[in-house]
Amino acid sequence: MLVTLLLISLLAFLAFQLIPGDPVTKLLGSDYTPERAAALRHEMGLDRNVLVRYWEWLTGFVTGDMGVSYNYGMTVRQVMEGKGAVTAALSVMAWLLVIAISIPLGIALARWQGRRLDRVFVAMNQVFMAIPPFFLGILFTYVFGLVLKLFVPGGFVGPDKSFWGFLGYLIFPALAIAIPKAAMVTKLLRSSILNQMNEDYVRTAYSRGNSRWSVLKDHVLRNALLPVITFVAMTLADIVAGSIVVEQVFALPGLGRLLLASIGNRDYPVVQCIVVIIAFIVVFMNYLADIVTQTIDPRIRLG
Amino acid sequence: MKKRILTLALAVIMTAALLTGGGQSALAADGSAEEITVGIASDLDSSLDPHVSSSLAGTREVLFNIYEGLLKPDTQGNLIPAVAEEYTVNDTADQYTFTLREGVRFHDGREVTVGDVVYSLTRAAGLETGEPLVATLAGVSSVEATDDSTVVVSLSAPDAEFPAYMTAAIIPEGSDPADGIVGTGPFEYVSRSPQENVVIERFDDYWGEKAKCAKVTFRIIEDGQAMVMALHSGAIDLAAHLDASQAAELSELNVLEGSMNLVQALYLNNARPPFDDARVRQALSYAIDKHMVIDLACDGHGTALGSSMYPAFGRFFDEELTDYYAPDLAKAMELLEEAGYSQSDPLTFTIAVVEAYTPHMNTAQAVVELLRQTGMVEAEILPMENATWYSEAYQGRDFDATITGMDASTLTASALLARFVSDNAKNFIGFASEDYDAAYAAAVSSTDADEQTAQFKACERILTENAANVYIQDLADFVVTQTDIQGYQFYPLYVMDMANVCRVG
Amino acid sequence: MRLRHNKNFTWGAAITAVMLLVILVGMVWTPYDPNAMDGKAKMLAPCLAHPLGTDNFGRDILSRIVEGAGATFVIAAATVAIGLAAGLVIGGLTGYYGGWLDEVMMRLNDAVTAFPSILLALVLIALFGGGKYKIIVALGVLFIPSFARIVRAEVARQKSLDYVASARLMGAGDMRILFWHILPNIVPVLLPSVAIGFNNAVLAEASMSYLGVGVKPPDASLGRMLNEAQGYLMSAPWYAISAGTAIILLVLGFGLLSEGMGGEYGAA
Repeated sequence: MLVTLLLISLLAFLAFQLIPGDPVTKLLGSDYTPERAAALRHEMGLDRNVLVRYWEWLTGFVTGDMGVSYNYGMTVRQVMEGKGAVTAALSVMAWLLVIAISIPLGIALARWQGRRLDRVFVAMNQVFMAIPPFFLGILFTYVFGLVLKLFVPGGFVGPDKSFWGFLGYLIFPALAIAIPKAAMVTKLLRSSILNQMNEDYVRTAYSRGNSRWSVLKDHVLRNALLPVITFVAMTLADIVAGSIVVEQVFALPGLGRLLLASIGNRDYPVVQCIVVIIAFIVVFMNYLADIVTQTIDPRIRLG
Repeated sequence: MKKRILTLALAVIMTAALLTGGGQSALAADGSAEEITVGIASDLDSSLDPHVSSSLAGTREVLFNIYEGLLKPDTQGNLIPAVAEEYTVNDTADQYTFTLREGVRFHDGREVTVGDVVYSLTRAAGLETGEPLVATLAGVSSVEATDDSTVVVSLSAPDAEFPAYMTAAIIPEGSDPADGIVGTGPFEYVSRSPQENVVIERFDDYWGEKAKCAKVTFRIIEDGQAMVMALHSGAIDLAAHLDASQAAELSELNVLEGSMNLVQALYLNNARPPFDDARVRQALSYAIDKHMVIDLACDGHGTALGSSMYPAFGRFFDEELTDYYAPDLAKAMELLEEAGYSQSDPLTFTIAVVEAYTPHMNTAQAVVELLRQTGMVEAEILPMENATWYSEAYQGRDFDATITGMDASTLTASALLARFVSDNAKNFIGFASEDYDAAYAAAVSSTDADEQTAQFKACERILTENAANVYIQDLADFVVTQTDIQGYQFYPLYVMDMANVCRVG
Repeated sequence: MRLRHNKNFTWGAAITAVMLLVILVGMVWTPYDPNAMDGKAKMLAPCLAHPLGTDNFGRDILSRIVEGAGATFVIAAATVAIGLAAGLVIGGLTGYYGGWLDEVMMRLNDAVTAFPSILLALVLIALFGGGKYKIIVALGVLFIPSFARIVRAEVARQKSLDYVASARLMGAGDMRILFWHILPNIVPVLLPSVAIGFNNAVLAEASMSYLGVGVKPPDASLGRMLNEAQGYLMSAPWYAISAGTAIILLVLGFGLLSEGMGGEYGAA
């Protein structure tokens, strides 16, 4: 994991060194002398070796010093303050919703396989999987925000003002992100359970006179959940990506909006930092999923 | 049975979701009567230095509430005393004497002294560095305090328009706005969060009439559609600079129509191909029917313009120039052919537009479409972030064409016309005409009002005849507020005065 | 390859066929010029002349959706083509030869796939600027790793099979074995991934255009139309709904097709 993290941070750092256009020229505007540019470059330490700067940036990053934003003259940390929390809360909430919706639903559909409920949900699943989260967000804004007036579109409240108001506002964005993913997980879990149901051990369990439900609950579920857990962990990357777009739909002041604005403003220290943080989260989650899978089933060895 | 439990569980989850959301809506609508939330379309400049950031209109209109000069404009466009109580001018119009008002305090509680005024004006005029921070103060040769309440400003040349420049902010002696934002205005600065908001609060020791609301939060909502949504839902109380179709969408709220007081045009980079060729510029002027653009992009709201001057300037505005280039497709194509373009080898160029400014984006779309109909012009829109546009197109002068609005920072004709003097630092279109330079110089040095007006009008005519830019309109400014918000007033300048805005009922 | 005759495949094929037909027709003919503005016909509700109404410039929404769907389709197809072509070469070679190159490539793959693709695409666009062609290149490059991974695994599996050994006995060279003998055999495994990749590309393009970094105005794009439609949700909800439905149909058609061919939806 550590190697991957290092590689990612190096890639991200190098990418932003290769960009055409130099922060110094941006800072100085149109009229500047070469001497002034050189002086500023020296002052900013941009005239030193790339690897040296990478090392400094990395050690700074690890200790929480993420550099200074070109655009705001504040430290990147100050700029990001509060915004990381919004994105994190949104992503985690969406992720929990994925689990809360898909696990019971997947089990239920497998339990009642072939019945009408199952067939209706399986068909609906297909459609839900095809909906882009941001479109779902727009639909929610229309239906729940404008028509039913269940929330105030654009009426985001910071967690410092009202914690519950903050979480409340995040529910619809989180649902918009979660539903397409939940549809995928539901489908995966359902077919995973149904696959297990054909295994020998299940037949043995049946032959002992267990009911379908108790076989499912006591024997199948643990095995069927394994591939699902890996997938659920992997959806986090998509959820974070989805939140970048959905933040825009709901006018949420999170990392996504900051990222977009910073990209537009060529504020590379901020962009670099956000990209690396998101990648770290994703790598970490995958690692966590590996550990969980291992705990559930010690037979699986992960390198 | 099991099925029912499951359905029930789902129903509970959904209801819980809806309820929590519902509780929140009550909360946002219930905002304190003393607090007003204003949506603004772009984040402020990185620097809130009133002497530096004066180039970004969006920053200036917010800072208007925080900083004041010796004088300040009123809603009619007159200059009224602010930090100064009165001023006198000598016969040759090159020396102005200001008497300070007593009891004007900075937001930090300290009373304003002549030292602060001298420091502020010296800093803004760059008397010590040689580089004026506020370009209009370049003519200041000295600033002196003659006693505890009198400041004398001397100019290197006569300038009858000078008082208008004395709206430059007064800041505490020795201070640097980078270290703290302290002014004398009706509101004091509280905080800002990048891409999120800027918060100001009523200054209770303000010398004049106190602001009506206690706190104003400017929320940055870069997306025009999100702005409409936020007004719809009541998430924000007020937003200015909306366009006609957005206003139409919000007809259940208070919609005020004013004028943006700016010159919206397809600004052309006169300094490089293809627009260094006057024929090409004129061809575009003939091809773009500004009235049609106003119809398409602004639902017919807006005042067509023909030069760098808008009607709020009264005597300086020359209505004759508006339709100098009557729409004429045949003539446009003829000119383009002369310049070497054809159907098979069309004129191609890009139009830089700040994406967050919906009116400019809409105008750009209409312009591109009208040009496409000539069959000889392929224009491409280049959407940009505000800061990028500012540093690359405006300051860096790296653009073919751009649609934007040039506003006046002070109520003087120079504020709109100075930038086209060939060696002016703000001449971002690289316009160069000896006639223009001469007419402009004659205008500013003139002490006779009629003569001055005539010379400024001559400047405008030169711009039009050279087709320096494709002039379009002074945009209609739609301000939409919730129905319980009152007191918004339009200025003939691009400012957003929050002092009289309040919530009623 | 055996096409299982199942509902998924039938529905997927039907939806995709209809969408393709509409897109192809739209390339030669649309009811109106998608960019033509009409000051007298702004924000019309759906009616006979304009089945989906008109937008704030009086442009026909149906024509714009058809054109936008076409643009999205072309971008997605080109993206997949780039990803697939490069993925085949990289995955094929690394899977066939293995060794340290394989090791390095797969590590690099892991690092790239750790980033959400939209995020990376946004950053690439930030570096090189927006626009249709740059989006194609940016997304295409990002799609290489997932294709390379699938191809690599499949090639590695196939190379130990009997038919490869017999081809080698007959004196076929490495390249011939790889691209002539093995490649046709991995197509069935690859097809569902192509459909999934296509869908991811459609979603990525739509999201990016929605965020304003994709297709530039005034050209029609489904994502950008959704962005514009958001401001008119109250008075013209059909605008947003029709643009969104077009995206859903594109994605749904290919999703069902991929499933009909035995792929696991969403697992690219």
